[in-house]
Amino acid sequence: MPAPRLSPSERGSVGHSAIVLLLAAPRSAKRNRIYRVKLGCTRHGHNVDFPLAVAQEIRTGNSIIHVSGLRKAYGSTVAVDDVSFEVKNGEIFGLIGPNGAGKTTTMECVEGLRTPDRGTVSVVGLDPWRDKYRLQERVGVQLQQAQLQKRIKVWEAVHLWASLYRKKTADGDRLVEQLGLVEKRNAWFMDLSGGQKQRLFIVLALINDPEVVFLDELTTGLDPQARRAIWELVRGIGECGKTVCLTTHLMEEAERLCDRVAIIEHGRIIDIGAPEALVQRHCPERTVVLSTDDPTAEEHLRAIPRLEAITSKDFRFTIRGSGDDFVTEVIRCLSENQIKVTDFRTVLPNLEDVFLKLTGHSIRD
Amino acid sequence: MLRGLWTLTWIEIKVFLREPLGAVGMIIVPVLVFIGLGRIAGRRADSPSLAASSFLRVSVPVLASILITLSAVLSLVTIISIYREGGILRRLRATPLRPQTILTAHVLVKLLLTAVTLLLMVLAGKRYYPIGIHVPVFGFSIALLISTWSVLSIGFLIASIVPTARFSQPIGAILLYPMVALSGLFVTLESLPPKLRIVARMLPLTYAVSLLEGILKGDAWSAHLRDIAALTVVFVVCTALSAKVFRWE
Repeated sequence: MPAPRLSPSERGSVGHSAIVLLLAAPRSAKRNRIYRVKLGCTRHGHNVDFPLAVAQEIRTGNSIIHVSGLRKAYGSTVAVDDVSFEVKNGEIFGLIGPNGAGKTTTMECVEGLRTPDRGTVSVVGLDPWRDKYRLQERVGVQLQQAQLQKRIKVWEAVHLWASLYRKKTADGDRLVEQLGLVEKRNAWFMDLSGGQKQRLFIVLALINDPEVVFLDELTTGLDPQARRAIWELVRGIGECGKTVCLTTHLMEEAERLCDRVAIIEHGRIIDIGAPEALVQRHCPERTVVLSTDDPTAEEHLRAIPRLEAITSKDFRFTIRGSGDDFVTEVIRCLSENQIKVTDFRTVLPNLEDVFLKLTGHSIRD
Repeated sequence: MLRGLWTLTWIEIKVFLREPLGAVGMIIVPVLVFIGLGRIAGRRADSPSLAASSFLRVSVPVLASILITLSAVLSLVTIISIYREGGILRRLRATPLRPQTILTAHVLVKLLLTAVTLLLMVLAGKRYYPIGIHVPVFGFSIALLISTWSVLSIGFLIASIVPTARFSQPIGAILLYPMVALSGLFVTLESLPPKLRIVARMLPLTYAVSLLEGILKGDAWSAHLRDIAALTVVFVVCTALSAKVFRWE
């Protein structure tokens, strides 16, 4: 089953479950502030939809990150080669691909932690390497495999991070509360669980009320429950109007969170787009699974236009065809021929299938 | 420039004291050793000869100070390399924090702990070293501060480039302990072979020992301007170099 994915306009309606992080509005973008206020509204009401203009703005907003012709090699190993993409203001953008594809290297070049060998990068109008310190004031970073001092307490870490920034920072206590770490305020870092550590790192990434948040393999190593909780938080960050750039090798995570994704393999971007657009572009086929004991069923089903394959086992049919209308055609066939079904479901292709199609192997291989 | 310095220093002190052997190893053990030595030496030195008295009055405090300083340096080097290996520096790098701030904070922590250790020793010494009545405690403290600061900056430099925690202790020890041998503490510079004397004059610890011994003997500060200048040069050069070559990961 494909994961239900929320489009930007739908994200407004999950306000009852998502934790909306209320952070101070950035000084820079006035435009941001307007829809930030509106986003704040979704916190209390159920099913409050974005005003159309706001949803439009998220889709067509100006780019906040530009990457062009990025290349980075370690010795003779080329980690990233000719990578170009843009991240729009206010969107959740994902770099997806298997481990070792070059996601983290790309991200670290954008964050200013690595110097690219070639290519240009610009984040909030700054060069991440030359303007490193100015950039760090304005972005929040969560790194893959980072640690803190073993015996630093949660509140001390938050306090320390808050003291590092020139500008007024977000309310640390409030962030700790919103990320469910209140009971762990006095715990040492080494005594936190994996999920708690990740949540603390999210607090630290948000402490300077950043314009762009980078999240690298945020949920790797977490159990499914903790993972879901973190997803909610990331949606909350997105709802605050912050731009989020994340990497993941979990296709489900990308589908659930990202407005757009770039698929990376062997250091190159294979394709970029909204997850559903990528699915539509590369995997137009639809699959319907239905159960019926009508002996004439197979004959009728075989007559459906643009049918590609049909298999049956114990009165259970799996029918594959292409085109958006295919499912409708199946339903029409069933109703016209009055075929009684006891079960009916559609299987939509997802990013996992796109990846398989584009690379010829599964992301887990 | 040094934003976050005080918070970082304060937190690092607390983190250090929470280490299982942090306070014990750095403060209590040296003081206990000192007291033990004092008891043994003190008993023998009931009617000290002039040479023995000078050794007790000058060399023992200077040696103790130098050794504490060196252990502080090694501890600094180790902590920085553990932070590097553990990815703590990596995480700190993704903030506006600068390497100088991190190093300065750790140096402050070490200075403070060194000061506490020495204070306890002075207090213990009052009991077991009755000879040291004329010790210029304040002047000696200042001289020690200057020396420690300068020697710690060598620690900066080692900490900035040593790749892993496993190497940091031995590399630090190999670099530092020969300096003690040549520092003029055990053998006077004049009695060294000429070539070694040149080497000794290149080493910062020689100037630290000269300054500490001089002040303890009651020399005027003006007699040791050369030592202070040398220690300052070491500090400036090492700090500048380490900021340049600092490795975050």
